[in-house]
Amino acid sequence: MNLAVLKGGGQYRRTTMMMNDLDAKAIPPERAEPPVAPPEHPMRLLARRYLKSRVGTAAAILFLLITLIAIFAPVIAPQDPYDLTKVSIMEAERHPGETSADGRTVYLLGTDGAGRDMLSAIFYGLRISLGIGVISALAALGIGTFMGLLAAHFGGRLDAIIMRVVDVQLSLPTILVALVLLAVLGQGVDKTLMALVLVQWAIFARNVRGAALVERGKEYIEAALGQGLPARRIMFRHVLPNCMAPLIVTTTNQMANAITLEATMSFLGIGLPQTQPSLGLLISNGFDYMLSNQYWISVFPGVALVLLVVSVSLVGDRLRVALNPKLDS
Amino acid sequence: MALLEVNDLVTEFHTEDGVARALDNVSFTLERGKVLGIVGESGSGKSVTAFSLMNLIDPPGRVASGEILFDGEELRGASVQRWSELRGTRMAMVFQDPMMSLNPVMKIGSQLAETVSIHTKATRAEVDERVFQALKRVGIPAPRERMKSYPHELSGGMRQRVAIANAIINNPDLIIADEPTTALDVTIQAQILYEMQNLARESGTALIWITHDISVVKDLADDLCVMYAGRIVERGPVDEVIADPQHPYTRGLIDSLPHAENHGRRLYSIPGATPPLLALPAGCSFAPRCTRAGRICKQIPPVVTDGRREHRCFHPLG
Repeated sequence: MNLAVLKGGGQYRRTTMMMNDLDAKAIPPERAEPPVAPPEHPMRLLARRYLKSRVGTAAAILFLLITLIAIFAPVIAPQDPYDLTKVSIMEAERHPGETSADGRTVYLLGTDGAGRDMLSAIFYGLRISLGIGVISALAALGIGTFMGLLAAHFGGRLDAIIMRVVDVQLSLPTILVALVLLAVLGQGVDKTLMALVLVQWAIFARNVRGAALVERGKEYIEAALGQGLPARRIMFRHVLPNCMAPLIVTTTNQMANAITLEATMSFLGIGLPQTQPSLGLLISNGFDYMLSNQYWISVFPGVALVLLVVSVSLVGDRLRVALNPKLDS
Repeated sequence: MALLEVNDLVTEFHTEDGVARALDNVSFTLERGKVLGIVGESGSGKSVTAFSLMNLIDPPGRVASGEILFDGEELRGASVQRWSELRGTRMAMVFQDPMMSLNPVMKIGSQLAETVSIHTKATRAEVDERVFQALKRVGIPAPRERMKSYPHELSGGMRQRVAIANAIINNPDLIIADEPTTALDVTIQAQILYEMQNLARESGTALIWITHDISVVKDLADDLCVMYAGRIVERGPVDEVIADPQHPYTRGLIDSLPHAENHGRRLYSIPGATPPLLALPAGCSFAPRCTRAGRICKQIPPVVTDGRREHRCFHPLG
């Protein structure tokens, strides 16, 4: 008991002494910040948040699978459907699961009117559809971002001109514009890409300009100016990276859009040439056989197209939530 | 020669409802290595002063007239190029809210490194070393690790230290601190104040410290400017101004501080509020709230000075 009181008294004296020390020497600098949890890499954090959703995860896996098929189509496809030495008209219109005349190959998804293996054709079609979607969306992203940043940075007349062009572009139906362009330009991968980029850049420009104007008003941009950084550097190194989150989402959505649009145009026969058949063209080719009960030539490429577009869209949706903590419930 | 001499600075904002004169003939001088405190309520023009000095006023605002002589060089109307050279090297600014003044998607080390590398031709290793030293100087524990952190991983106090490190990294002649402790806890405030004072003293940097809290600058500043509705109403050595204020507004500010003597009693407050800039009363803008105001206060009070101190009042105290 006594001992405890003594100890307590001793401790009390010690504390008062310390307080006096403090008063005398003013406040010492901050020593130990309470240890912060080891910082999680932003990409890891994003991945963790993304994978919380089962639908999102399934869509990502599906998309990854399709991408792998698209990339490795020449390796994994049972047949090269465009090598005329391998394709025989004798094998035309085989039902799904039927074996070839020589009994060596099984046509899992049947063959088309020219005797091509549908599975292989779909693999090659995915390659073209996905490639065109990705390339056109990325090109539109680049051009749109540049134009949007220009508009936000310079403001005034340049801003007005760019944004009015964007307004006009966005007020026209995309399919109509693409149709007219391709009708004028003619078929071809390059021309299809050009048309797709032209109908898509405006969305990016508008998004980037909006996001950049919001970011520019923030204090860290003023702070960057106060550091003496040149305006161009601030625009590209400070403003642009802070606009990335909405841009990533727009890019995925536009990718899905581009794939659908290309399929539509190819189906109508003005997109890609017969030598580079995308999924849309495959559907179109099989369309004539639909009424004679040979559904597989059209339906299977259709299913592949739906899976591709849906997976890209779902990935975009999930990214939108994962990139914006406020949307996650 | 004074490091900074501001003469009759006028900053205006052209709004749809008319022209708001946020700074009205503001003049002061600041010697090398000295600390100038600027106090005033919200809307008195403190921050506009800071932003005008850094040429960070955005349209519809503009510095309409006056002189900003920095080391003898007239900066009003200087080229964008010249401002880029000066800002970050010879003059730097610390902002009010450390949550907002750092780029959220850039690592702290990269942000500071940018300030160095944009102005000098240092090698990467040299830049890294300077970033490290700057973070160390502002008392950030484990600077090497912190350089790899993003702003959101740090507390408010730590972020403000980073912002200060960013300001001092090129050893500027002048740092303008716009309420840098307002958004922080009182304990952190004291630490930041203490360190800013040390840093300024060690490196001979002149400091403009803007605050609404007169007790913050009391021990920190050499000179004090009291601002009201865009004008400097009183200026002088800080001890004299606080011990013996001449302008009734300064008196009011000092009286509204909590004190040991008025413990337990209701704090004094100046009646009324700052007038809106678009509807300033004619003459002395403080007159409607002033107990000493008379008929003559309908005119704009001239600057009365004895060489050491100055005020703008027809009926000064003392």
